[in-house]
Amino acid sequence: MGKRAAIVGAGQTYHKSIRRDVNGQELINEAVTRALEDAELTIDDIDGVVIGNMDHFEGINYVDCWSIDGSGGFMKPTMKLCTGGTTGTTLGIGGFHMVASGMFDKLLVIGWEKNSESDTTGAIVTATDPILDRGVMAGALAGLAIEASEYAAAYGATPKDAARVSVRDRKHACNNPYAHLRKEVTIEEVLSSPVISDPLHLLDMCPRTDGACAVIYASEDVAEKLCPQPAWVVKTANRHCYSRFSDIKGQTGMLSLTTAAKELWAKTGIKEPLKEIDVLEMYQPYSWGGLIWFEDMGFCKKGEGPKYIWDGVTDMGGECPTNPSGGVVSTNPIGATGLIRCAEIAHQIQGKAGDRQVPNVELGLATGFGGCFWSDMILYSKKKPA
Amino acid sequence: MDRVAIVGIGQTKIEAAKERQNYPEMVYEAVKLALEDAGVGIDEVDNVVTTANDFWDGRTISCMPVGGVSGGYDKNISGVEGDGTFGAFYASCRTRSGSYGTTLLTAHSKGSESRKITPMITNAAFDPIHARCLGLDIVTACALQARKYMQRFGITEEECAQVSVKNHGNALENPNAQTPMNITVEDVMKSEMIAEPLKALDISPISDGACCMILANEERVKNFRTKPVWLKGVSFCADAFQLGDRDLSECKALEKAAEKAYQMAGIQDPRKEIDVAEICDAFTYQELMWTEGLGFGKKGEGGKLVTSGATAKDGDIPVNPSGGLLSGHPFIAAGMYRMIEAVRQIRGEAGGMQVKEDVKTALAHGVNGLCGQSHCVWILGSE
Repeated sequence: MGKRAAIVGAGQTYHKSIRRDVNGQELINEAVTRALEDAELTIDDIDGVVIGNMDHFEGINYVDCWSIDGSGGFMKPTMKLCTGGTTGTTLGIGGFHMVASGMFDKLLVIGWEKNSESDTTGAIVTATDPILDRGVMAGALAGLAIEASEYAAAYGATPKDAARVSVRDRKHACNNPYAHLRKEVTIEEVLSSPVISDPLHLLDMCPRTDGACAVIYASEDVAEKLCPQPAWVVKTANRHCYSRFSDIKGQTGMLSLTTAAKELWAKTGIKEPLKEIDVLEMYQPYSWGGLIWFEDMGFCKKGEGPKYIWDGVTDMGGECPTNPSGGVVSTNPIGATGLIRCAEIAHQIQGKAGDRQVPNVELGLATGFGGCFWSDMILYSKKKPA
Repeated sequence: MDRVAIVGIGQTKIEAAKERQNYPEMVYEAVKLALEDAGVGIDEVDNVVTTANDFWDGRTISCMPVGGVSGGYDKNISGVEGDGTFGAFYASCRTRSGSYGTTLLTAHSKGSESRKITPMITNAAFDPIHARCLGLDIVTACALQARKYMQRFGITEEECAQVSVKNHGNALENPNAQTPMNITVEDVMKSEMIAEPLKALDISPISDGACCMILANEERVKNFRTKPVWLKGVSFCADAFQLGDRDLSECKALEKAAEKAYQMAGIQDPRKEIDVAEICDAFTYQELMWTEGLGFGKKGEGGKLVTSGATAKDGDIPVNPSGGLLSGHPFIAAGMYRMIEAVRQIRGEAGGMQVKEDVKTALAHGVNGLCGQSHCVWILGSE
């Protein structure tokens, strides 16, 4: 059997739409330095480096090789994982498996993106099949607008319900010194912001951000010696069901997340996620995801998302605070976004989350979204898993 | 640490242009072949790892089109970006971690679709401010490295040409090779000069090809009909990025990766203990450099290794009996093709490529980045 593994340190950069003060390698190094400081380690303690981003957002080929000067991977095992939007959680899951395999004791895991260096939509368009998909369904927005419309039609949810999610996340972001957008908004402001793809308003959506995040995974042999409270991985589950957008069945629920959640709850024995999970960091790039995907994971019944959101269940102080960091609608350096979810949960478990700390976190969940409506899930716990 | 074995292999024929298939279809063919080889259905596969590269595929999220054809629809799945040997490393970790009993992994490259912009694709691996504007690409950068290596150690162009003669000749026995050729040193020397000192026949071709492997832990190995080939040792290592920050005549990252892989596999004298090696010979001089880095000979003696016949199919340390990358180079899949050829040698299924009856230990090698910046070394064994 493999070894248990935990996050023992995490760090992220200050996030902005354009970080003109640093180049890519320096941006990466800012996150790496913070993670090493957080774990009280130096780069010499690190056995290997795993990095991820999306190539065409910076236009750099072989990023694992290019990033050595910033990552600290010089003369170390260094490799790259990439799965689009899910890259960050793919890294979170990958770091866990590589340490659990016994191949590394202390592994540095880095996600980053300098979105300002590219035309994000121009790059994303090429993700779609050139013959079957690209003409009708390209870019990040179209699929989300369709998902929201189908959900609204099925359950009667309204743009106002979605706006409430945006209000929540943007309020939470004000507690996070690293967040990119830190400004509270009202329901009215969300609804009066420009419609960019009906029914999605500008303030329902995530920005594109320059930023990086790094976490250090350690094996059970060293984790407790390195820090008083490691954030242990309990289990991971993911699904990347579809390869083409045109294959996606009409959805009143995201298939990948529904199946991944089912697997995760079965593997961990969780029966009532809402009661048992203390904090949730979702890769939720648009407000509607806070309704639809919250239901898909089984936090509440289908169609009941809006009620829970309006009741404040997911606000700070609620039963399951969601996105205490301000989430993805506040900060979205794509290749780092999923890993930031992992880093935030780790700091919540370690009690290091500052003004955004949720009290007494025993179990925290990080999720990833990307590609062709894909989902990743990682459950972290304060208690060392059996 | 849990033992993991390769229990299924599949590879498409490597060709200059597979006009009848797109790249997901190529991967599907390789996956079907691996499942047939292993004698199982896709249900026996617990999880999937794909290997891809957005630049070579001309697609953002290049793992997306190959997830489904790799059987990943309702399974846990992940994507590695880089050479297939690195993909195999992550796949082995997912099996060793205890999370999954079996892992299927794929790699592919359809170089024919980007043939005209290959220099731009590799140019994009250089520093955007200081190096791209010089027009460097994989061929010109490797020409610099070849010159530096040859000058320092007195390696001749003829010695390099000997690698081309050997590997293209070996490929005559490989039904999946793209460019099997019966040629002489003179033919190589007379071939078109591309970037001094590299001539056309010193350089691997642009290729289409896809491959697939299935890994299983000790408990699950019995569910497969094939003779398991065990993952005995692995390591990888990355050197400095800027060409000027490295001594290009050295391959320190390979030396370190090899040392650690040998240690893990319990190998003390690689030349004696390794029966056959399949390594990334993207350019003729690289086979010479890498054989030195792997400890098959002393530093600077790579030329002698080939001219003495030591690395020939019937030599004491056969290198690239399949014909290597010089006989077909599907970029991201390159290293996984090497692993598959090593598996066939250990199984005794390599046909005319078979170096001897009883191959116990084989080495496979992959490269990421340019001029051998990052190397991965695998030791595979019959027991």
